[in-house]
Amino acid sequence: MTPIAEIENAHTMSVLVDNEPGVLARVIGLFSGRGYNIESLTVAEVNMEDNLSRITIVTSGTPMVIEQIKAQLERLVPVHGVNDLTVEGPHVERELALVKVRGSGEKRVESLRIADIFRARTVDSTNDSFVFEIVGDTGKLDAFIELMVPLGLIDVSRTGVAAIARGTTVLDHD
Amino acid sequence: MSKNQLSGSQILLKALSDQGVDVVFGYPGGAVLPIYDELFKQNKIRHILVRQEGGAVHAAEGYARSTGKVGVVLVTSGPGATNAVTGLLDAMMDSVPLVCICGQVPTHLIGNDAFQEADTTGITRPCTKHNYLAKDVDQLARQIHEAFHVAKSGRPGPVVIDLPKDVMMAQADYLPPAKVKHKSYNPPVKGDLGKIREAVKIMAAAKKPLIYAGGGVINSGTAASQLLTQLVQTTDFPCTLTLMGLGALPASDKHFLGMVGMHGTYESNMAMHDCDVMVCIGARFDDRVTGRIDAFAPNSTKIHIDIDPSSINKNVRVDLGIVGDVGHVLEDMIKLWKSGQNRADEKAMKSWWKTIDKWRERKSLSYDREASIIKPQYAIERLYELTKKRDEVYITTEVGQHQMWAAQHFHFDRPSRWMTSGGLGTMGYGLPSAMGVQIAHPKALVVDIAGEASILMNIQEMSTLVQYNLPVKVFILNNQYMGMVRQWQELLHGGRYSESYMEALPDFVKLAEAFGGVGLRATKKEHLDDVINEMVACDRPVIVDIAVDPKENCYPMIPSGAAHNEMIFGPGDDADTSVSDEGMVLV
Ligand SMILES: Cc1cc2nc3c(=O)[nH]c(=O)nc-3n(C[C@H](O)[C@H](O)[C@H](O)COP(=O)(O)OP(=O)(O)OC[C@H]3O[C@@H](n4cnc5c(N)ncnc54)[C@H](O)[C@@H]3O)c2cc1C
Ligand SMILES: Cc1ncc(C[n+]2csc(CCOP(=O)(O)OP(=O)(O)O)c2C)c(N)n1
Ligand SMILES: [Mg+2]
Repeated sequence: MTPIAEIENAHTMSVLVDNEPGVLARVIGLFSGRGYNIESLTVAEVNMEDNLSRITIVTSGTPMVIEQIKAQLERLVPVHGVNDLTVEGPHVERELALVKVRGSGEKRVESLRIADIFRARTVDSTNDSFVFEIVGDTGKLDAFIELMVPLGLIDVSRTGVAAIARGTTVLDHD
Repeated sequence: MSKNQLSGSQILLKALSDQGVDVVFGYPGGAVLPIYDELFKQNKIRHILVRQEGGAVHAAEGYARSTGKVGVVLVTSGPGATNAVTGLLDAMMDSVPLVCICGQVPTHLIGNDAFQEADTTGITRPCTKHNYLAKDVDQLARQIHEAFHVAKSGRPGPVVIDLPKDVMMAQADYLPPAKVKHKSYNPPVKGDLGKIREAVKIMAAAKKPLIYAGGGVINSGTAASQLLTQLVQTTDFPCTLTLMGLGALPASDKHFLGMVGMHGTYESNMAMHDCDVMVCIGARFDDRVTGRIDAFAPNSTKIHIDIDPSSINKNVRVDLGIVGDVGHVLEDMIKLWKSGQNRADEKAMKSWWKTIDKWRERKSLSYDREASIIKPQYAIERLYELTKKRDEVYITTEVGQHQMWAAQHFHFDRPSRWMTSGGLGTMGYGLPSAMGVQIAHPKALVVDIAGEASILMNIQEMSTLVQYNLPVKVFILNNQYMGMVRQWQELLHGGRYSESYMEALPDFVKLAEAFGGVGLRATKKEHLDDVINEMVACDRPVIVDIAVDPKENCYPMIPSGAAHNEMIFGPGDDADTSVSDEGMVLV
């Protein structure tokens, strides 16, 4: 059995930063320079007035590494706060994917049927292709994409995870 | 445009002066000419012209570490900035507060591979605490003040301001250094009282306690060293220091066990291995100190005081982490210790000290004092003995065996008298660093304890010493080898001395003279004292070339990948010196 201290788990971190040039490079450079994993990363401005962006990072590591990642991120001057959503309590994670499938006949019909089950929307279609838009957590997107493989999957574009705490909790602003 | 506006260069100089800067170490070039023009027109800030930008950064480090102030560097774009990079990383690793102003090509040319353009913020991002590309002259004053705040607060470190030439020439209003309250950057100072109380409780119950203190105590200021001394004396706990912490507790204090780690004393390392409570104060569990992590102080409860949360639980899991400034936390800790009338278990302490005294008897720093050849340890011992009565003595070092012997055999009773490159281990650090120390302390005796290989890495700064009449003493322990490399090759690589012999060494006496300094040499033991006395008495820059035993190794030593209780002691010791496979890959 692997001791708990050595088990690597995925963690979703929400990082509030000043929206200034180079801030993303600082965060990414920290991860590559120190050998941490990035499974997904999203970033966009979330507060125009105070000029803040939120970076959501899904990373994985042992508990000690995760604690280091948080401390290292907090050390960056333009970082306002870091929340490890995975340990801090219930939260919602969503990701969007655009999934392109090429095919005809039976397979084409089947892909539409599955899209319907997954509540994916068809955002583009030609005689022999569809682009589906699907929103959900990472597991749901993975499942959908896997089902599309035998049905003619040719391209995928995913946004990475955006996340927020459930209830009235507001993520660290400081 | 109001008529009170200043140019970017004027704003820079005004901001520096408002930040209390009186000296800048620099080197000019096309991209910083407007700044040099302003420097020319004023006399508040002194500019020291180095001979290579790397020298400027180390000089600023020596200046900063010996004064507690922020060191300031000014270099041009492109090659000027890239030459500064090693020094910036050196300052980052050793927590030295610096502000480095780099010239940059004008904003409209950035990204065009313009003449002498470098992506300075990109290159320096991982080797600075923070950096700025100052594209907007209206923000310049604020950014400079902020840079000083970031450099010196929290865990200190280097900050770069990359300043495009057009911004130096643009006009804006000046902003004085109002109390900077940064939006997101506000490092803690006070430690959590509940945790400090808990620490005191653990300490009072200890039977075999050890205080392990480091560079953070020096960073925290002179008062912190006094508080550390007070804590040690009140608790009667033994105390060991890291390479970076030497001087934080007077070496003459009876509680001091000597340096800890790879080349630390037997008593320090054994105490670290066997202690039941370890109080780490402003040190960072560096691998030079811990040795094999899974055998590190296996039976101890660990308390860690550090201002940087990322230092806590980085290499070693601790039981109680206290985030805060050493000075503030120690003040609270001593108060709580005294008010709770805590006393360590008298009987246990007595037996712990008895064990430690047994380890001390091992005399792990001893060497062959009867040898007719000059032993490097002997040379340092004599340097110490012949200068210890002086009021102000500052020692810098290069990197290698001589550095370790200096740490072992020169004794520091005060903080900030010892400047060495610990984290990065930068050969070439010592001479320019000594230059910075001498600028800050013109009357002091400043000695760079050097190796003949390291000194050649920044020897050009001899020229700066002569220009400004800085009487720095370069004390070369000339063993004709990259001794530290040779030692590892002897222990780890079957004595195959691949490229570690220094062929075609210069005549250091003539070299000193060629620069306009004084050259001295000692080849015989009986001449050593005279040469040291002559060196100390000289009021000019001096290089002393001391012919020491080329084959001497630095002991004691914890071989790579070994535990604290697996030290080796050199000749006469029949311990197993073989290194494990895991140890072979370590540096
Ligand atoms: C050839 C060679 C051999 C070496 N051998 C040894 C050896 O045998 N033994 C040894 O000890 N070292 C040795 N070193 C040095 C070693 O590499 C490290 O640089 C050193 O051990 C680190 O010292 P430190 O732990 O005191 O930390 P520092 O690097 O000085 O870091 C200071 C710590 O204190 C914290 N801090 C800073 N300011 C404050 C404050 N105000 N309040 C609270 N905390 C603060 C920082 O966050 C940091 O964690 C060697 C180096 C070389 C080049
Ligand atoms: C810039 C740099 N390059 C290489 C090294 C690796 N290194 C560490 S010690 C050493 C030899 C130093 O020789 P010397 O200055 O003569 O000192 P000694 O060990 O002989 O006292 C070398 C090459 C280093 N620390 N820094
Ligand atoms: Mg040498």
